[in-house]
Amino acid sequence: MGQTITEKIFSAHAGRDVKAGEIVRVDIDMIIGNDITTPISIRAFEESGATKLAKPDNFCIVMDHYIPAKDIASANQAKISRDFAYKHDMKYFFDEKDMGIEHALLPEKGLVIPGDIIIGADSHTCTHGALGAFSTGMGSTDLAFGMITGGNWFKVPESIKVELKGKPAKHIYGKDIILELIRMIGVDGALYQALEFTGDAIAYLGMDDRFSICNMAIEAGAKSGIIAVDDITLAYLEDRRKANNGLKAEPKIYHSDSDAVYSQVITIDVSKLSPVVAYPFLPSNGKSIEQAVADDLKIDQVMIGSCTNGRIEDLRIAASIMKGKRVARHTRMIVTPATQKILLQAQHEGLIDILIEAGAVVSNPTCGACLGGYMGILGDGERCVATTNRNFVGRMGARTSEIYLANSAVAAASAIAGKIVDPR
Amino acid sequence: MQGKVWKFGENIDTDLIIAARYLNTSDPKELAKHVMEDADPQFVSKMSTGDIIVAGENFGCGSSREHAPIALKAAGISAIIAPTFARIFYRNAFNMGLPIFELVEADEINEGDIIKIDMDKGEVVNISQAKTYKFVPIPEFMQSLVDAGGLMEFAKKELGN
Repeated sequence: MGQTITEKIFSAHAGRDVKAGEIVRVDIDMIIGNDITTPISIRAFEESGATKLAKPDNFCIVMDHYIPAKDIASANQAKISRDFAYKHDMKYFFDEKDMGIEHALLPEKGLVIPGDIIIGADSHTCTHGALGAFSTGMGSTDLAFGMITGGNWFKVPESIKVELKGKPAKHIYGKDIILELIRMIGVDGALYQALEFTGDAIAYLGMDDRFSICNMAIEAGAKSGIIAVDDITLAYLEDRRKANNGLKAEPKIYHSDSDAVYSQVITIDVSKLSPVVAYPFLPSNGKSIEQAVADDLKIDQVMIGSCTNGRIEDLRIAASIMKGKRVARHTRMIVTPATQKILLQAQHEGLIDILIEAGAVVSNPTCGACLGGYMGILGDGERCVATTNRNFVGRMGARTSEIYLANSAVAAASAIAGKIVDPR
Repeated sequence: MQGKVWKFGENIDTDLIIAARYLNTSDPKELAKHVMEDADPQFVSKMSTGDIIVAGENFGCGSSREHAPIALKAAGISAIIAPTFARIFYRNAFNMGLPIFELVEADEINEGDIIKIDMDKGEVVNISQAKTYKFVPIPEFMQSLVDAGGLMEFAKKELGN
């Protein structure tokens, strides 16, 4: 009986063939903390009596949620990670000088390698599966266990095969594919399972689309999302290798066997998709853009950014739609590039000029607005179109505010119209 | 453990349990002041120590923030019962020592009921309704971690501390 790509990655780490359902304890290739979750891990690490990291080069901290500090408490909280990083002379500590949202920054730095097992104290750690790695979110105590021992225990997940067929039409992106899947299976439709994306449509999806697909696997309750390495992945990795004077390790490339066992197979014909808009208050409340247009939804704020859709392609899409236009009078727009490199690239391409001239505020990279932290909080009853990942009650601010999740083209076109419109 | 029930619906996410605006600290006492605030702004003033939350499917979905079980525990919630839990929350609750129980019949329990959880028998007794339910047993591996005193005690033993 064949294996899924996820079973192969766990088998390679366990040193024996493993199947879905088995409990394994394996070493971890990269453990990711951030400024809000790592302090709890550091407390547990120190209380355990540990004095050094088991594998110092397999642990990183990315300061991205409330950095630059939004208030005194955030500044004090950040100090806990900074003190730890300097005390342990951490190689991979990314603070303001390397500002970026962890799930965009780490692949960019060549630190996410196909075939790796990655955990992060951030639920969107599943993003990294786009590079053919097993990557999952855990809590701070599980992170501490990894810091102390270099590994952790996992239940090898069953996989759901998601077959993506056809060529996506204009203004259909990875975001629409994943919102459609979550609409189909619900916010717990993939609970405890891996979502494995395959099919001929993958060849039409660039890395930025793939990152946004895997990023939202957690919004279907999944443990991980994964896409096997292909030529597009290899070209991306070569770019990363050149830009960073090498990758952290050599890629280990796995593909699912043709007779691998899946708990379920779901097929989506992406050539037939319309842009999907997820209405409040769950990512599974997807409606077609035609429905959203018919509902005549006036909007107060547009937000393009986050670990889901704050990458260079998103800024290119937004700028192409907004060039020479102006954000509607009663609407505000925030653009948050996911890393400083993306921000610089956008500047070199003239995208930032276009966006600012159109009336957008361009911020530093941060998770801030997406999780209602800072830099774009919504007031009572305000409505926002966001390229982010969650539209829960109060996610971006007031309990009575509303978030509509969409791709970057819908967001940009809606900013100009002042209501949700079809960018096509 | 025995306590009064507070009911919540399906898909109670971690932003409802503890909103991100309070994540500028990990101090349990501070987090406890705001637990369940966006689900029910009066919750903290209404609940008492030892109370039990009974919710719908997929409790704790969303973020990996361990601040969620920390806030519930520090506020004095003694246990959480739901038909299913989101994966990361499930692990976090165990790691934090917040008792959680999967109970298929969770929706039969009403707000205000007094219930008793018998860990040894694997039972939930609804005293108000005079009904008894079996909760889903904890997976064997999780039980071995619980027996070891939790994940961090396990880590300490490996370190020889």
